[in-house]
Amino acid sequence: MFNNLQVFLIISTILFILGILAILTRKNAISILMGIELILNSAGLNFVAFSKFSSGNLNGQIFALFIILLAAAEAAVALAIFLGLYRQRKTVFVDQASELKQ
Amino acid sequence: MNFQDIAILFFGLLTILSATFVTFSPKILYSAFSLLFTFFGVAALYLILSADFLAATQVIVYVGGILILIIFGVLLTARITNLEILEQTQQRFIALLPIGSIGLGLILLILFTNWPINLLPNEPTTATIGKKLILTYVIAFEASSVLLIAALIGAVRLGRERNDENVQ
Repeated sequence: MFNNLQVFLIISTILFILGILAILTRKNAISILMGIELILNSAGLNFVAFSKFSSGNLNGQIFALFIILLAAAEAAVALAIFLGLYRQRKTVFVDQASELKQ
Repeated sequence: MNFQDIAILFFGLLTILSATFVTFSPKILYSAFSLLFTFFGVAALYLILSADFLAATQVIVYVGGILILIIFGVLLTARITNLEILEQTQQRFIALLPIGSIGLGLILLILFTNWPINLLPNEPTTATIGKKLILTYVIAFEASSVLLIAALIGAVRLGRERNDENVQ
């Protein structure tokens, strides 16, 4: 009953919407990073669902693998930037750090 | 309703509910821990979609790496004496309207599209993925290793204390 493409696409759509909402409404930079992770997960879920139901080969799974790799690199660099921001400004709230110069 | 349907329903609901908690929880540390359940739920959905290697990679990289990094980030960028690491939000209701309409549009699009059906057989995927990575996707594979090294060096360089620059 639930084992079809639409169910997985709807789950990943809801994940995507929640990620966008986290990016738009949160002020803490680390929460925004969590929203980005939700969006990357939803994209990976889409790739794997299409690979299972629609394409019949494994290319979608390889794309999802590269998405996981890019997410790891992105999270490491982003957190290093946030630590540097916190060291300079004593805050990670993005609305208090909206200017490049102090 | 067989066992597979129950598993899809359970893990789908787990993923969605914990992601909702990630987005709306007032305490950022709670939303970081809730992200754990989202990652596990997505890994279980990968398993249901016969992506065994990808599910293992998801657990290893996301739960073992990224989540630990995020929790470290939360704890390092807050004052330790302040146990209630509160989170502020802005313009929640203004954001909800366009995003909700986009989501509704996407779900209607998904429901009323005639998707092509071409099922993947349920079999182990690791050997095939390895062969494809080395043969078809070898340039992307090598480029991603260079990217990982660059990101690692950049993260170390950015994360260092500032007065280290003068020592050299």
